[in-house]
Amino acid sequence: MKEVGNIIPAMVDVTDYFPILNRQINGHKLVYLDSAATSQKPKSVIDCITKYYETSNANVLRSVHTLAEEATEEFEESRKKVAGFIHARYPQEIIFTRGCTESLNVIARAWGDKFLKSGDEIVLSPVEHHSNLIPWQQLAGRIGAHLRFIDLEEDGTITVDGARAQINSKTKIVALSAVSNVLGTINPIGDIARLAHEVGAIIVVDGAQSVPHQITDVQKWNIDFLAFSGHKMLGPTGIGILWGKKELLNAMDPVIFGGEMIEYVDRENATWAELPAKLEGGTPNIAGAIGLGAAVDYLEKIGMPRIEKHVRILAEEAYRRLSNIQDVTVYGPSSPHTGVVSFNIYNVHPHDVAQVLDSQGIAIRAGHHCAQPLMQWLGVIATARASFYLYNSSNDIDALVNAIEITKRYFKI
Amino acid sequence: MNLDDIYSETIMDHSQSPRNYGHLDHPTKVTGLLNPTCGDQIILELAIDADIITDVRFSGKGCSISIASASMLTQAIKGKKIEDAMSFSYNFRASITGMEANIDLGDMEALRGVSQFPNRVKCATLSLNAFEKAINDL
Repeated sequence: MKEVGNIIPAMVDVTDYFPILNRQINGHKLVYLDSAATSQKPKSVIDCITKYYETSNANVLRSVHTLAEEATEEFEESRKKVAGFIHARYPQEIIFTRGCTESLNVIARAWGDKFLKSGDEIVLSPVEHHSNLIPWQQLAGRIGAHLRFIDLEEDGTITVDGARAQINSKTKIVALSAVSNVLGTINPIGDIARLAHEVGAIIVVDGAQSVPHQITDVQKWNIDFLAFSGHKMLGPTGIGILWGKKELLNAMDPVIFGGEMIEYVDRENATWAELPAKLEGGTPNIAGAIGLGAAVDYLEKIGMPRIEKHVRILAEEAYRRLSNIQDVTVYGPSSPHTGVVSFNIYNVHPHDVAQVLDSQGIAIRAGHHCAQPLMQWLGVIATARASFYLYNSSNDIDALVNAIEITKRYFKI
Repeated sequence: MNLDDIYSETIMDHSQSPRNYGHLDHPTKVTGLLNPTCGDQIILELAIDADIITDVRFSGKGCSISIASASMLTQAIKGKKIEDAMSFSYNFRASITGMEANIDLGDMEALRGVSQFPNRVKCATLSLNAFEKAINDL
């Protein structure tokens, strides 16, 4: 008897709100399962960006003409929306960057270089995306600090005890993702933040995979820095957020120097503007920031608690159904598991899996997911990965399961 | 899109039963290369006597395109003069990036379909990159 999955409808009318999801790919209706790489954009975000360029385009914070005032107002309004979205205390704590990667690099440079010294320790996990690993490797190299890695449980889970074993009086930074982009694990950020603070360290959270999918409350977590990208949460590419506690951001020196980040400049010296301008040198991605504001509006309209539940149900259902297919290995714990499902088909390289799935109109990611140390830990060179968002439904899981069977037949597995 | 355009019988044959897979006892040159997008790895071992490639082996992990390409390349360059083997490699590279090849590509003709799939060109050229690097580093 053919196994039947649970029926999980999409949260929104995708044909109306996500124009791209009406596309045909290789003769099939597109099944988009690569939102962990980048999400699709609702019409409201696309329209908002178009409207900005058609009606209000001007540089922000500089001129006094009407367009500049409108642009500045919309830009700053977005900052407030993002602040509310992650429960930041002040809008000035929201720094616009190019993306999560830049945010993490800025923290390592601007806070790390200033406050770490030789012999200090930075605690990470082996599941981190390269963007939450390499900036710390580089920082450690520059100042003679050491990296320590939290041991993973057998299923890839990070526990509070595992973190406690690595955090000690030498720890100055704990840098951790809230949700893994490969294993779909959900890390106990609040508890680990407490451990970090007990030894006087700060905690930096990579929210790239969590902020789009769950309620983010930086105050409840009591973390120090948060980095995330706009494009994984229905916003445009090229805009990201660096959030930090005001006193920490104030203590940091800027790393990008130039226009708009200064207070006073003479031939020899310069002083810095107040937050957030101090950390936003140069003309920012204005349309990107405004588009991100529209994405936040859209997410809040649907409701983050509902999205969190939907994405987790889809991921756990996909995990369950893929686990039941012979010759398919699924990675990470069965539950709690959210956002992504990484898998391999025995003896078929993930690139070949992705190629066959594309021929069926299904978009997944194949590769090392910018997490090579985790691939090494798993003992694989790469995995295939399906990821889910509010526009996905159990129909997409059905299509995925069916296409995996086609792949197996094609490669005679 | 027709999957058989990319996964021809010849490619499936080479990827499932790769030729010259393994190691040489006394290689003249060993070069390993990674494909940064997917982490695939090809290690090429060459035995060179005067200017002739007398023997060759490869090892590593990769998708069917990169393994088939490495298998075919080792077959094509074995016994060739370095100069001719390099010329073969250049011509083959041209053909999978959509240009005309000036020589008979033999089995590697089967990989020309890859030119329709730009994301897979990197897979097909990994072994060529390793080979050309090995020769340039001699």
